[in-house]
Amino acid sequence: MVFEPKILGFLCNWCSYAGADLAGVSRIQYPTNIRVIRVMCSGRVDPAFVVEAFIHGIDGVLVLGCHLGDCHYISGNYEAEIKMKMLSKMLGLVGLSERLRLDWVSAAEGNIFAQFVSEFTEHIRTLGPSPLKDKKKKDDLIDNLNAINNALCDQRLRALVARQRIITTEGNVYEELVNTEKFEVLLDDALEKEFTRHKILEKIKVKGKSVPEIAKEIEVEPHIVLRHIVTLRARGLVDVDEINEEIPTFISIGK
Amino acid sequence: MPNVVFSQDNLYTCSEVGLTEIRENIKEHNLNRVIVASCSPRTHEPLFRSACQEAGLNPYLFEMVNIRDQCSWVHMKENEKATLKAKDLIRMGVEKATLLEPLEKIKVEVTPSAVVIGGGIAGMTAALNLANQDFETNIIEKESELGGLVNKLNKIYPTNEDTSQLLSIIDVIENHKNLKIFKSATLEKVDGFIGNYNISINQDNNITEIKVGTIIVATGAVPLPPDGYYNYNGKNIISQLELEQILKEDKVAAKSIAMIQCVGCRNEERKYCSNICCMSALKNATLIKEKDPDCNVTILFRDIQTLGTRYENYYRRARELGIIFMKYVPDKPPLIKDDYIEVYNEFMNQDIGLPYDLIVLSTPLIANEDSETIAKMLKVPLEENHFFLEAHVKLRPVDFATDGIFVCGSAHWPADIAESVSQANAAASRASTILSKDMLEVEGSTAEVDDNLCVGCEVCITLCPYNAISKDEETDLAVVNKVVCKGCGVCGASCPENAIIIHHFTKNQILSEIITYGGEV
Repeated sequence: MVFEPKILGFLCNWCSYAGADLAGVSRIQYPTNIRVIRVMCSGRVDPAFVVEAFIHGIDGVLVLGCHLGDCHYISGNYEAEIKMKMLSKMLGLVGLSERLRLDWVSAAEGNIFAQFVSEFTEHIRTLGPSPLKDKKKKDDLIDNLNAINNALCDQRLRALVARQRIITTEGNVYEELVNTEKFEVLLDDALEKEFTRHKILEKIKVKGKSVPEIAKEIEVEPHIVLRHIVTLRARGLVDVDEINEEIPTFISIGK
Repeated sequence: MPNVVFSQDNLYTCSEVGLTEIRENIKEHNLNRVIVASCSPRTHEPLFRSACQEAGLNPYLFEMVNIRDQCSWVHMKENEKATLKAKDLIRMGVEKATLLEPLEKIKVEVTPSAVVIGGGIAGMTAALNLANQDFETNIIEKESELGGLVNKLNKIYPTNEDTSQLLSIIDVIENHKNLKIFKSATLEKVDGFIGNYNISINQDNNITEIKVGTIIVATGAVPLPPDGYYNYNGKNIISQLELEQILKEDKVAAKSIAMIQCVGCRNEERKYCSNICCMSALKNATLIKEKDPDCNVTILFRDIQTLGTRYENYYRRARELGIIFMKYVPDKPPLIKDDYIEVYNEFMNQDIGLPYDLIVLSTPLIANEDSETIAKMLKVPLEENHFFLEAHVKLRPVDFATDGIFVCGSAHWPADIAESVSQANAAASRASTILSKDMLEVEGSTAEVDDNLCVGCEVCITLCPYNAISKDEETDLAVVNKVVCKGCGVCGASCPENAIIIHHFTKNQILSEIITYGGEV
């Protein structure tokens, strides 16, 4: 059977959704694979929504907003760009970044909308089905995506990303201006650490495990796992489950 | 489908019959959610929402699924796949609908005054219309005089009246008690929302701030400069606009005149037809021929557009007067030689030599240079040629998608005077539907902060583009001003504590759509 990708599109009400309407009125034909969720602004698209889409078996996600500078809500699409760039990096850690695309379509660009949908559908068709459809990879990938989802819903990354524009243009609370490159380094580090921390939490959700056990499961050096466990314990997310022969096991306790 | 207790297939759900069926079925089946699967919520959601409201159902418990623009019209040859897609979209809509919450619209006061940007024929007409209805109206004109492009014209078609007759309204406008005119002035800054816009006007670097309820964009258009086309030299090869001036001064001396149509338009760079050039050329040719029947006037055209009964009669009369119409093909445009024009005639399949002592080029109207700046300030869209783009070509032709802002005249598309005047009156009456109200209802789908989750980190305050969020002094938590909030949802997608609910686009509502399409894990 021919692979028909499942594509999900988040379209902003004012530009890209209007562009899709114009494609309709102009009878511009494009592939049937996309299903559209209308939001008022591309800035509404929480990165966690995209991750949820992948968890639920979507093969590709297209986020379309107004052109930069043309946002109906002044700056919403700039925030969308920041969020989706961050998300793309995060998805890169599990090999899914190619399956997310952010672009801009104005209300007058019905043809561009149709073109983007066609191109993206073909792109996903070439990539093949989501790795989630591979039974061998599925469980691990779901764990990883849950970890990403939780990391993206957690306070640290959200606060960092939400402040990116201010920190890189006006300065942080200490009035230090952090340039974009430096910020990217900080962000990359935060993404990786938070991903690992939430991967740990995923593995000790049900049953307490020791540091070496966790380290083996997530393929990270034990001393790094231990450091993350300490941080997570300080955040009140992990506690000692029990101590067997002087080796403690840790369990996720949630908020 | 779970939760669906009644469904019906209509030919026209948006007709009165369809709306009545919605109202009756809400009552008969005690429905608490309504879904319409048809066209775009951008055009029809308000209509269906009011039908729900009339039947006693909160209008926010309505959901619309767009299977026309997203299925039937864009997948015309893939019936089966398009039907599967429509089913998915409807399932997603039903799932979302089950999670919808009733919301209340918020009432705001209206400032009963308007600002019209541009003092040309469209702007003046719109302003005068509003002023005569007793609304205080401001006109911002960037030039030192009112009148716009009409100031440069001689007579107007199809009546061949003198423009001075038309421009006599300038006197009325300048002395009108309800009108305030800012000449040599530009728009500096705009903020606010429907009923309550704050406008800063820059006049010689003096800033005046005014408060208005609505804004009308009537910034007009400018003729494309003919430089570089057909050896234009401003002497014996001139533009149609320059000919208007010569006609005004009654100084036409030429005996062989050729007019070339579609100069610099209907090509790759400017694909559109400028609408006014055929009639402008016909009018000027007629005026010349009436004055001097011995003068040879030839119009070199690609297609002549003279719509309706009056313009077509005008064209017939021009032919009767002996004006010669000669078609040229865009692949082989006329060649200007020293004393004749070489025109390839498709029917004779040969070149014809046409002597001239004056060539007149009909160039199109193009968008004003400042349209982009104004569009950005007002948050309204432009189309590909940088003309202003209306909310809907047929259903809302003088509205912008942004509430309380309207467009008329050539700012929107090259319009002749009759069209500009009708659009201006249309825009003014659309504006008066807002200005005549004391209170207005604004969208109830806004953001709301959950006090139990908010920690007062202020991230949302820095992100909100409308300064709609502030910190409550007592609780130290964020609060949303629901009148100012436009419900964009940026704060909700960023809040580190997930403490902001974006009503009508809540996390759970959106997730339900995602999961319905994707399927369970």
